[in-house]
Amino acid sequence: MGDEYISDSSSDFTDYWIDLFLGIKGNEYFCDIDDEYIRDRFNLTGLNQEVSRLPTLIDIITDLVDIELQPEEHRDALEHNARVLYGLIHARYILTTRGLNKMFEKYRNGDFGYCPRVHCQLHPLLPVGLHDLPRVSSVKLYCSKCEDLYNPKSGRHSVIDGAYFGSSFPAMFLQNFSQAIPTHSAEMYTPKVFGFKLHEYSKLNRWRELQRSHLERRLTSKGIETKNVVGGFTHNAPKENE
Amino acid sequence: MEPDHENAYYEAEGLHPEDEEYNAERTSPQTWFTTLPGHDYYCEVEETYIEDDFNLTGLSAQVPFWKEALEMVLDVEPGTSIPAYTNERHSADQTLHQRYIITKAGLQAMAEKYESGSFGVCPRYNCQSTYVLPCGRSDQPGLDTVKLYCPNCNDIYTPPSSKYQNVDGAFFGTSFPTLFFQTYPEFLSVPFKWYDNPTAAASSTSDNNPSNEPPSSMPTDAYKNTISFPKSPNPHGGTRQPVGKVYEPRIYGFRVSERARSGPRMGWLRDRPVTYDELDKVDWKGRWIGDGPSAGGVSVSSGGGKATEGPAMGGVAGIAERPKVGKGKLFEEEELKENDEEDVSEEEEVKGGATPAS
Repeated sequence: MGDEYISDSSSDFTDYWIDLFLGIKGNEYFCDIDDEYIRDRFNLTGLNQEVSRLPTLIDIITDLVDIELQPEEHRDALEHNARVLYGLIHARYILTTRGLNKMFEKYRNGDFGYCPRVHCQLHPLLPVGLHDLPRVSSVKLYCSKCEDLYNPKSGRHSVIDGAYFGSSFPAMFLQNFSQAIPTHSAEMYTPKVFGFKLHEYSKLNRWRELQRSHLERRLTSKGIETKNVVGGFTHNAPKENE
Repeated sequence: MEPDHENAYYEAEGLHPEDEEYNAERTSPQTWFTTLPGHDYYCEVEETYIEDDFNLTGLSAQVPFWKEALEMVLDVEPGTSIPAYTNERHSADQTLHQRYIITKAGLQAMAEKYESGSFGVCPRYNCQSTYVLPCGRSDQPGLDTVKLYCPNCNDIYTPPSSKYQNVDGAFFGTSFPTLFFQTYPEFLSVPFKWYDNPTAAASSTSDNNPSNEPPSSMPTDAYKNTISFPKSPNPHGGTRQPVGKVYEPRIYGFRVSERARSGPRMGWLRDRPVTYDELDKVDWKGRWIGDGPSAGGVSVSSGGGKATEGPAMGGVAGIAERPKVGKGKLFEEEELKENDEEDVSEEEEVKGGATPAS
């Protein structure tokens, strides 16, 4: 994470810590957390095990205490811990109604990027962690159309801890916003040589297509509509000539 | 793909399209061409290949101002100003490059670039940075930009940087990745899960698990290393070990039900059968062989059960056995299936330490 903005905080007292944090390049995935949420100690249960001097850090994040007034030798550590704490609170906050709404806004703006898969046709992505414990794995991006995980393209994003978003976020997000559930594409890439399909690829694609039709039959038998509806598959799409 | 969408794709990452710079001091035109920004996917076409008229069959009809373009590519006339024929030169280059990379020398040159990772890695997390290969979606110039083919997940992706937005897919063509992996099968993943291979699992459990624990479907790394990777029965297919698994979204460690509208729908896209034989059991119409004509495809209960049960149980069910499972046994099958799935999820959680923080 770039440290170029820390020095600015000394010159400009009107800036809030959270705004400065969100302005740092690479922190585009984070959303703004309400002060009330951070100040409510119930929401911070268990976080004192992850960072030391929790009350000071909360005061720094909510701008009750200026980090410049702290002894100089502690400043770097405090700033670092404040960022860790913000991330860990962020993971909890984005599962609340207000947090989900803020993330939905960011999702709609495409702040998390778009799916690199060609057949997903630039579907917006969602951030997700593979673990809820910090310092285990970095953030990944989830595409709800192909239901798969992708690595962030930018190196600045690929060093963000996945625990700052949590492993439950995308599923919770789609539970809440049914308008974000896509109609899945049943298209697969078919490799060809001079227009001819290849035996092994075709066999694998047929096998996968069979798995999909089994899934559809299973869902239909449970009374769930799957043809051309949200959460189902696109049907009768014109076959692509690749 | 709409162009403004594609721009949004790149701008989201803070990247902006770079302009091509025309380098004034250039040596050979091919070398100059491959050093342009975004042109690092190309390999240099040998001059002898271009000079051979046989390799240029049909090109004069496709490319207007063919003679001028060819002279420019070969740098016969150093005095010609570049911008005058840039478009013609461009399409001549495209078709030549497309033809050259599927020759023996071209494939070799591309294989060197591939092995050094010049084309980047697959953006999919579970492909674990498999190298990708550039390809086109059309052989005609001017239709679509270059895409990247991943030999592990068998899918195509948009390149990560906007500088490749200038690169036409026709430089590589649709046949190139397939021919490349036919020539170098060691880079192509086999179409079945090797770690789930029942014969390998059975043989190694007897050696490693004296406590007679049932073989797990997701073995540990140490366990994986003891199994020798089974060869693909297809002598022309890939020989690489496939990597990665299929991701399942979870809420507080619990998987979302299939019945939910936001439930899992795309597992099939990244899944592979346990054994190679299972591929042969799907006929050309996409039905299980042996399901019988009355089923008219796959019957709801037996078909659904088999699809998930087969890989999960890891059994080597013969072709003849398949139809016997099923009809009237829906509940029993579902129970079996769910037990298996729970086992898998528990193991995954233990392995990854994915316990919710609060």
